[in-house]
Amino acid sequence: MTATNTAPPAAITASTLDLAGVSRWYGNVVAVNNVSMSLGPGVTGLLGPNGAGKTTLLHMMAGFLTPSRGQVTLDGRPTWRNPEVYRRLGLVSEREAVHSFLTAYEFVLATAKLHKLPDPQAAARRAIDLVEMADAQDRRIGTYSKGMRQRTRVAAALVHDPQVLLLDEPFNGMDPRQRLHMMELLHSLGDAGRTILFSSHILEEVEQVSGTVQVMVAGRLAASGDFRTIRRLMTNRPHVFAVRSTDDRALAVALMAEVSVTGVELGRDGLTVRAGDYGAFTRALPKIALARGVRVRQLVPEDESLESVFSYLVEA
Amino acid sequence: MSTVTWITVRGLFGRRRFLLLLPLPVLLVGLAVLSRGLGVAPADWGPPVLVGLGLAVVLPVVALIVGTGVLGAEIDDGTVVHVLTTPLPRWQIVLPKLAVAAGVTAVSVAVPLFAAGLLADSVRLGVALAVAASVGALAYSALFVAASLLTRRPVLLGLVYVLIWEGLLSNVVTGTRVLSIQHYVIALADRLAPTNLLSTTVSVAVAAVMTALIIITATFLSIDRLRSFSVAGETS
Repeated sequence: MTATNTAPPAAITASTLDLAGVSRWYGNVVAVNNVSMSLGPGVTGLLGPNGAGKTTLLHMMAGFLTPSRGQVTLDGRPTWRNPEVYRRLGLVSEREAVHSFLTAYEFVLATAKLHKLPDPQAAARRAIDLVEMADAQDRRIGTYSKGMRQRTRVAAALVHDPQVLLLDEPFNGMDPRQRLHMMELLHSLGDAGRTILFSSHILEEVEQVSGTVQVMVAGRLAASGDFRTIRRLMTNRPHVFAVRSTDDRALAVALMAEVSVTGVELGRDGLTVRAGDYGAFTRALPKIALARGVRVRQLVPEDESLESVFSYLVEA
Repeated sequence: MSTVTWITVRGLFGRRRFLLLLPLPVLLVGLAVLSRGLGVAPADWGPPVLVGLGLAVVLPVVALIVGTGVLGAEIDDGTVVHVLTTPLPRWQIVLPKLAVAAGVTAVSVAVPLFAAGLLADSVRLGVALAVAASVGALAYSALFVAASLLTRRPVLLGLVYVLIWEGLLSNVVTGTRVLSIQHYVIALADRLAPTNLLSTTVSVAVAAVMTALIIITATFLSIDRLRSFSVAGETS
């Protein structure tokens, strides 16, 4: 199942990260199995339970692991054994590895210098401001909270203004305010035309940050695209809607005659309708309501959340 | 000073294992001063202190601590990824780290060896030991930096080389000395300041060629391995 990514704004030269038939195994254990995807501008969530192969996939994208089979390319060039890709790519790994003896400013400045940026001081200040770490930038990283260390690492990954940013579980250890800020930051980077991919095993995080998901289950790419679109394409699962109207009982009777409806439950707060065909039901409902003189007050798809999509895919 | 050099120096001196560098050189100088002070003949204390302790233990052990510290420690704690996610050609990462390792090892070992050589014989012997130890520091460092990239247990591999290969086998099976940095250092020092206190069956030519070969091969190997550096992935 594939849905298209959002189109890039014209301001930034878009970069595309492509995976073609990528597999990675360790001895007899297959960590990633024949994954193909193309990541363009916008924010994409890499979702999957622990051990699904997300980190292995991210490491291959970032050029820190060679695929056992297949190829990973950034704008047509392989990421493996190619340090030049880091001019356009930034990585925030899951492992909390920072030089604790440096201050945040020293750390980010050192990164800017390693990138040989023309004005490393200005780039370091800009990146630190971006993650709201200016107040603590002169303290040693060893004294920081987990969330502050994470933001410092994000600043270092952003210091060269990469077109592609890969983040492995970026919200780990962040308090709700920091999490919200990071989500806003990822949104703004994605809206500016950058290709942002972040992994997470927490559904709410992915749902809040990104409509586009790549779902990994047991090393395989189980689904790819906008999760609402994915849900609608899962025709073997009935779609669940909450319906409230001026006469729920009359509407329930009428809906049972509709072929796209597979079940109706009458509750105190309205109807729960199960439909086999999303499109047919949503087209039929207004006509049925109109014919019966019932006014529909609310129609809400109940299982379009990422959680339900994810649980369907994992169960499949 | 390049940024890689700066980070490496800060990392090396910011870790507690740096304190491990101090006792061995102090012990070397202390034993030399004690022997000289007690009036023991240099022929009696020179070989065990200069070679047995200085060249066979202090030099390789300090090189092992520093050589595995400049890159191996960063690989262990994951901070190496910070330097590797930059477009720097990998030789620009390996060479500064090797230079720091060799430089710190050379200073830590050459100074006490110079003092011990001076007390045992002459300024010339002191200088010869310091120069040969510095060359040895470079060779050991190249070897141990490469070991950091070849194995996840570089300290263990280094200890096996120093203790088993150089410490045990090269004393029993003389042929193994051809692959012993310790014997290259002895041969080079003996060439610079001929003395009865130093002896080896390895010729200066072999020592020079093999030292150069080890430095060049290990350095190229390190650069190549760093290009293919893989981080451990999840397997479950």
